[in-house]
Amino acid sequence: MNKTDMNLLEAIADLHEIPAGAYNLRINGGGHSRNSTANIEIVPKEDKPGIDIIVAPDTKNESVHIPVIITESGIDDLVYNDFYIGDNAEVLIVAGCGIHNSGDEKSQHDGIHTFHIGKNAKIKYVEKHYGEGDGKGERILNPVTVIEQDEGSVCEMEMVQIKGVDSTVRDSKAYLKAGAKLIITERLLTHGEQYARSDMDVYLEGEDASAQIISRSVAKDKSKQIFHPNAIGNARCRAHVQCDSIIMDEANVSSIPAITANSADAQIVHEAAIGRINNDQLIKLMTFGMNEEEAEEVIISGFLK
Amino acid sequence: MLKLENISFSVDVDGKGLGIIDNISLEIPDGAFTVITGPNGGGKSTLARLIMGIEKPTAGRILYNGTDITDMSVTERAKLGIGFAFQHPPRFKGLTVRRLLSLAAGYELPEDECCSYLTSVGLCSKDYLNREMDNSLSGGEAKRIEIATLMARKLGVAIFDEPEAGIDLWSFSMLVESFKAMSSGNHNSVIVISHQERIMQLADTMIVIADGKVRTMGSKDEVFPALMGEFSENCGFRGKEAGGNE
Repeated sequence: MNKTDMNLLEAIADLHEIPAGAYNLRINGGGHSRNSTANIEIVPKEDKPGIDIIVAPDTKNESVHIPVIITESGIDDLVYNDFYIGDNAEVLIVAGCGIHNSGDEKSQHDGIHTFHIGKNAKIKYVEKHYGEGDGKGERILNPVTVIEQDEGSVCEMEMVQIKGVDSTVRDSKAYLKAGAKLIITERLLTHGEQYARSDMDVYLEGEDASAQIISRSVAKDKSKQIFHPNAIGNARCRAHVQCDSIIMDEANVSSIPAITANSADAQIVHEAAIGRINNDQLIKLMTFGMNEEEAEEVIISGFLK
Repeated sequence: MLKLENISFSVDVDGKGLGIIDNISLEIPDGAFTVITGPNGGGKSTLARLIMGIEKPTAGRILYNGTDITDMSVTERAKLGIGFAFQHPPRFKGLTVRRLLSLAAGYELPEDECCSYLTSVGLCSKDYLNREMDNSLSGGEAKRIEIATLMARKLGVAIFDEPEAGIDLWSFSMLVESFKAMSSGNHNSVIVISHQERIMQLADTMIVIADGKVRTMGSKDEVFPALMGEFSENCGFRGKEAGGNE
């Protein structure tokens, strides 16, 4: 791997070297290297691009890294990753895609991820999207995520897109059985003329399933964001949807949280707020000796932390 | 030394100028604890905001240690050593109390130092260090953290705008102690806008502002007894609720 690859790897997965444990590294539309462990098996798909990640039941304290890097202009990468998490397993999954596009053609990566999470299994999934490069070519990421949670399972997802992605359309769906718990935290910053859209449908199918969806975003310059999370309660369940955005410059943010109850015992709440940085916040930080830009930076990075 | 020369400030209301501060001149001596008091709507908070640079005067000059700071920004004045604790502190989503105190100090504060500032404003520090400065804090909690942000700095002039507003009686005693310590501590001079007798008792200098003008100014021994006499004659100040944003 060269320096650009390593930089991207660090930006999306905090990795300074090839990770220990199970991993699959994909570069420019092809598998680069891969490692399975006793409990976590990574198998390339035969019918289409992508991998199956199979975590054995009762696996504890292990992690899987599946970073994707694109450094060539004009790559259009579509990949299917299926996760099979055995009952009672507890794993950390670190995904993410970094694009360095210094050419004039677009570079695109669409990751189709499906999670089958077994009974009482617990996963934490962290995904960072990042783009760089000074070419005119667009950097596009369109992830599709499907989550199927069996009884008593816990899925915590952290999805972050902080910089450099020109266009992203995110489509997520989750299906929760009894006692399953889903926590999704989405953090997004768009600038320039970027476009980001996130559609999310969470179906709470079983008794006492619960979901918490938190979306925090900052839209700068002329960028445009659309959020449309929908929590659908089909049984006695709890869900909380929260969308909170800071709007700046000439940006445009549309927040459309939806909640649907098909059971009288479903308790579902949504909150949404869009607002600019408040002047008192800026002044307060300026009384510490920061200038306006520094104050803005502190407010934004705190908000997206 | 902070010096205000013929400071006036007015705002535009329906095309007409409404005077808030009317030709005020005063000096805040170094090393002094100055309490500014007076009726609500008299211009106290505006005066403090003019000193910090949040508002710019429509006439007059402000001098700090001989330098004309009238046209300086909030940032520049902060760098010169002027600090301000808001009457209604703003909230920050995602910013922890510890981070805010560190930003105030200008460097990453060690945990024990953060704790000592929080303790001195009556907050159990361990519970608060990693709390976010958002709307989950009560008004009194946010207010005490605001005061702590000035404690974390070494200032030439530290200005507190009604620090007692929204603080319960139990914490208030502690706050008075903290201000007592502050008068001989970190900051060169301390200016407190207050309606509280116990804070006035700490004053070296007292300034009474009413109708945008200095009504009285002098040492505590000169001003305080007269003020108390005024209270008993006409219940003008005491009966009014503290906390207006002048």
